[in-house]
Amino acid sequence: MSDTIKDATLEYAIRLGDDANVLGHRISEWVSHGPFLEEDIAYANVALDYIGRARMFYGYASELANDGRTEDDFAYMRDDRQYRNLLLMEMPKEDFAYSQVRQLFIDIYYGLLLPELVKSKDDTLAAIAAKAIKETRYHLRRSRDWVLRLGDGTEESHRRTQRAVDSLWGYTHEMFEMDDTERLLVDSGIGVDITKLRDDWHRQVGSILTEATLNVPEDSWTVRGGRIGYHTENLGHLLTEMQFVHRSYPGCQW
Amino acid sequence: MQDNALELFEVFIRSKRGLDHKHVGSLHSEDHAQALEYARDVYTRRSEGVSIWVVKSADICASQEDDAENFFDPNDDKPYRHATYYDLPDAVNNM
Repeated sequence: MSDTIKDATLEYAIRLGDDANVLGHRISEWVSHGPFLEEDIAYANVALDYIGRARMFYGYASELANDGRTEDDFAYMRDDRQYRNLLLMEMPKEDFAYSQVRQLFIDIYYGLLLPELVKSKDDTLAAIAAKAIKETRYHLRRSRDWVLRLGDGTEESHRRTQRAVDSLWGYTHEMFEMDDTERLLVDSGIGVDITKLRDDWHRQVGSILTEATLNVPEDSWTVRGGRIGYHTENLGHLLTEMQFVHRSYPGCQW
Repeated sequence: MQDNALELFEVFIRSKRGLDHKHVGSLHSEDHAQALEYARDVYTRRSEGVSIWVVKSADICASQEDDAENFFDPNDDKPYRHATYYDLPDAVNNM
């Protein structure tokens, strides 16, 4: 592996790890706040899937970096400007409809991305993707189900779900944008060309929203910046909570 | 959401080693499809099963404690319903 490709792969592993870590933490905020006990347990399972995924990507990043940094260093010792997650992942949990709409957008995204990543020439990335696909298929069953129930539910649930769709829509464009790093990896057969997934994503999301009696928003405003470390104010607050123990008690073990 | 808006379901799981579904507990859910998913999340997190049944608790017709006397006691004085009641001919070695 040439140094350029290796550096790009490291950056890619960090990006995918950050996406999983930040979303996993966001979902974990529902623990003990779920609408009822069964859903509380079920959504906590999803959070654990993502945190497990983050560990695998960070573990690989640590191996590639080969400079003594561990998976904990990637998770707990970087500030928001060093995080590379998509902005969609860091948006607050808000109400349940909002979290489920975000989840649907992300589950459909991974449902398209992971089967491509399985074909990666990088064996480790392909193996992580193979494990994650099964989890994502189950996550999608859940989020699809909830968006249908809430969208086509009561007047209030419909209103809240539509509000979530409208307020999150502008954050979805960033998912399908690539920079030189990712383009290099696509050319080397390691990364996924996410620009090609966009139409399928729109088709799948559109059909579920329509079935849920929700409007598919027109594309208007859009924000980006997560991949270069420009985040919303939400990420700082999230990291403060997530990193508190590790930063207050460095090297603490139990 | 109020819990009383949700229905109660009984969950049965068949483990890898077992041939029959065993009752493992109950849960609340909106309908059968959701009950199956929650059963997966609540009762099979440690790979307990390979197959799940869910049944609405309201659909189970159960015997009543008060009926125990006339349901079960009449069997107590009928030992001839057990194979061990009978003397076997010597020709039958192993039974």
